[in-house]
Amino acid sequence: MILSTSLNSTSYSFIDKLKAVDYFLITIVAIIGSMSVFSIYSTESGYFSFYTKNHLTRFIVFFSMFLVISFVRVSFWYRQAYIFYILGTLLLLLVIFFGISASGSKRWINLFIMNLQPSELMKIAIIVCFARYYHRIQSSDIQSYKYLLQPIILLLIPCYLVITQPDLGTAILIAGSGLAIIWLAGLNLKYFVYSGLILLVSLPFVISILKPYQKSRILTFFNPDRDPLGAGYQIIQSKIAIGSGGLLGKGFLQGTQSYLEFLPEKHTDFIFTLFSEEFGFVGSLVLILLYALLIYRIIRIGFLCRSFFAKLYCFGFASALFLYIFVNIAMVVGLLPIVGAPLPIMSYGGSSMLSIMLGLGIVMSCKIYSRDPIGN
Amino acid sequence: MIKKIGNLNKNKIISRRLFVLVAAKIALIGIVTSRLYNLQISQKQKYEVLSDKNRIREWKTPPQRGIITDYFNNVIADNQRVYQVHLSLEEVSNFNNSIFKLKNIISLKEDEIKKIYEKKEKSKPWDTLIISENLSWKEFSKLNLYLHELDGAKPVLSTSRYYPYSNDLVHVVGYVGDATTQDIQNKKKIEENFVPGLKVGKIGIENSKDTDLIGNHGTKRYEVNASGKKISEISYNKETQGENLRTTIDLEIQQLAQELLKNQAGSICVMDIYTGEVITMASSPTYDPNKFTHGISTKDWNEIKNNKLRPLLNKSLAGLYSPGSTIKPLVALAALEYGIIDQKFKVNCKGHDHPYELYGERYHCWKKNGHGWMSMRNAIKQSCDIYFYEVARLLGVDKLSLIAKRYGLGSKVLEDFFSEEKKGIVPSTKWKKQVLEQSWYLGETVITGIGQGYIQTTPLQLCLMTAQLANGGFKIKPNLIYDKEIDLDIIKSKIESEKNKTVSQNILKDHEFKYYERLYRNPNNLKLVLDAMYGSTNEQFGTSFRSRHKEDKYKFAGKTGTSQVKRITDQDRELDLDLEEIEYKSRDHALFIAFAPYNKPRYSLSVLIEHGGSGSKAAAPIANKLIKKILDRHELREKIRKDLKNIA
Repeated sequence: MILSTSLNSTSYSFIDKLKAVDYFLITIVAIIGSMSVFSIYSTESGYFSFYTKNHLTRFIVFFSMFLVISFVRVSFWYRQAYIFYILGTLLLLLVIFFGISASGSKRWINLFIMNLQPSELMKIAIIVCFARYYHRIQSSDIQSYKYLLQPIILLLIPCYLVITQPDLGTAILIAGSGLAIIWLAGLNLKYFVYSGLILLVSLPFVISILKPYQKSRILTFFNPDRDPLGAGYQIIQSKIAIGSGGLLGKGFLQGTQSYLEFLPEKHTDFIFTLFSEEFGFVGSLVLILLYALLIYRIIRIGFLCRSFFAKLYCFGFASALFLYIFVNIAMVVGLLPIVGAPLPIMSYGGSSMLSIMLGLGIVMSCKIYSRDPIGN
Repeated sequence: MIKKIGNLNKNKIISRRLFVLVAAKIALIGIVTSRLYNLQISQKQKYEVLSDKNRIREWKTPPQRGIITDYFNNVIADNQRVYQVHLSLEEVSNFNNSIFKLKNIISLKEDEIKKIYEKKEKSKPWDTLIISENLSWKEFSKLNLYLHELDGAKPVLSTSRYYPYSNDLVHVVGYVGDATTQDIQNKKKIEENFVPGLKVGKIGIENSKDTDLIGNHGTKRYEVNASGKKISEISYNKETQGENLRTTIDLEIQQLAQELLKNQAGSICVMDIYTGEVITMASSPTYDPNKFTHGISTKDWNEIKNNKLRPLLNKSLAGLYSPGSTIKPLVALAALEYGIIDQKFKVNCKGHDHPYELYGERYHCWKKNGHGWMSMRNAIKQSCDIYFYEVARLLGVDKLSLIAKRYGLGSKVLEDFFSEEKKGIVPSTKWKKQVLEQSWYLGETVITGIGQGYIQTTPLQLCLMTAQLANGGFKIKPNLIYDKEIDLDIIKSKIESEKNKTVSQNILKDHEFKYYERLYRNPNNLKLVLDAMYGSTNEQFGTSFRSRHKEDKYKFAGKTGTSQVKRITDQDRELDLDLEEIEYKSRDHALFIAFAPYNKPRYSLSVLIEHGGSGSKAAAPIANKLIKKILDRHELREKIRKDLKNIA
């Protein structure tokens, strides 16, 4: 019975679609987006110039894109999932040959209107791909070696390509997102435990093949004072900025650490530091709460969806989003080594904004077309 | 159905797994939040301090030195505008290049450039380097013309020490120079107020009164960015100028004294016999202290250092000389005080054919034909050596030494002002045993009686001795800086009350005297000695008769002295050469002590001309000119004294 109704209800009127839109989620995204524009404005000491203009434009363009994508049928993403994955992988390969280098790593390709970072796109592609992959597999089959090996290979290819760029941060985020879906799909806990142990054992080997700057970042993480003017500088200055913000912060445009350029990478990875310095503990909690609400809304949409694809996608994307946010904040407060991971929506950077808005668009599409059964 | 069950099962698994993930997320949010709490609430103060340390940097601004004036408020050490060029290191893109360009514009010498590089090594990257402290107006305007090509170079209007009467006061005021590491270590005030380029006193008042003169540095606090560039001034705690000092020196008399000593090596000291104020302390030759302010050039330094007349030696208080006959009034006084002789005691001076003899050793008078029978008054007046050989023999060196020390010989006079001051030697049997580990010979007593032998004094000590004789025999406190605590009327009344005091039994024994305490046993003894000094200057046959003033108001009393530099042999006596025929280094030092005016003594002075020959020919005429000037300016000085007292 349930099956037949769902098969019949695949057509939606426009009004239905508008009714199905999660306006609360859109509002949260808009709020975080405006906060990000003000924060970037503050990195430029209150001048409405290059970064602010760019960021505002990108936010408007990609936010609109998010709204448009919301109305693309979720079954489209289901059908094109593997194509999306292959496209992402091809772009990553293109980076190797035609990539643009900046500060020692090759991550971008020139698309004339913007420099695209394919690894950011891959963050979404892997979730879509895995959601489709596990959509059809029976839970009883999941534990078989065949279904264990295939996703691992699918995961390792982009991770390897991203690591060699080199971009450890994004690779970790891609791996994390993929593993989240594998976990959700129900792979036995023991495999996670085993692989965790293997990773631990092979850690010395992994460290030995890391680039010197990556090694020094990890060593610095354990002791920032090891090299206060070199590798430890960023984390020391970030902690000073956040700590000196106090309960209520130094006030908008008053963050001396960033204004006086003590803070590195303040528009990208360290945007949270700037925000926290200016708005204090209370401001930081508000921002974290907004992110938590966003994630809650995405999970809620997941529960409303019928198809496994949509469910897995929403839960997977929510987990990935959480991972991005957690890694970034934990990094700037000194809980994790500096690996280079932007804060979703807040950080300056087109590709990151593009991938988040794309991801959110698919989530919204899941909501609007929640009754689509998909693919049987 | 199977599929449905499978789907339900799958749904369950996904929900369960999601629940685990959400739980993990909540836990992680908890961790991040507590970390934020830790940083922003618990450790806020620590990070606030670190943030301020990051963004606020302090610059010290140099204080201005206090101004030094003479008694009449003439500025003798001033602060003058100077043109300087500073180099702000953080704004310099290529240091070598900047120095090269500057070198061509302001003509820096090789050794100056070397010093700049040395300074740069010690500087921090945001420091400012002083490239040149004292540019001429021409160089300064040229610099301003080329300024656009010189990144980081800054033309600066600053102040530096300037001595308007350059050579005349260097031995009193001293000079300043860059603070050395030693200066900073030794004086807390310098350490506290140290600013690169700070000048500190090296000698003289500039050195001894540094603590008062330096002032307090200012502090400018700037907000800086990560690369150390100044963004804005947060606060400016203004520097304060050092204390102004009024010395007791009379500039006009000092200048006259230096003029009188010109082209000779010597010293002139003038003192107020009641207040102990040093009115003049001239030493010749002198040098220009202004040359030291910005670092003296090697050529100038060598010129000063290699001058045979030793300009660097402050002869007034660091030059040691045998007092010669200027000691005679003191010897006579000692003998009278101890009752060894009375004024009628006579000795026959029979000339070089019949010298004074002691254990086969012969001692001659300076006068070839002898003085004949000499009384005490005549012996002082005509400076008969034979008389004093005998008196000294009768008195003994230890009693003489005791009285000599009491009147100011053998100890430092202005110790608080001049670290280089010497205390001289007043020999005694005990002294010789301790220092030379030999016993005393009577022959040594005999020559000490005419101020030769071991005895060594500074001109300033002789001036003080004369003052303490002339004021009626009271201990005074020599001073160089005006001190409102030292009040003439109070001193005079103290002295008056001392006069009437019954004399203690111990007066002739060795003991410490307080200021303004009487130093004598019987006032008549002192009167006799002073009267004999009057005779020496104002009566025929007196040794300084030719240098007397005939006008009553200028009349003074003095005593000549001729201090031998080497032992006079019989051959020398035979040759009896004129001064010009003797090698400079072998000529006698000429000395003269005096006090004026005679009726109502107020000032004492001492004159010393190194290798000037006899005191009566070389030193006494100088005193004549000087005393006129001193007494002419007396009224004016008293007026200032009253004014100062009223202000206080």
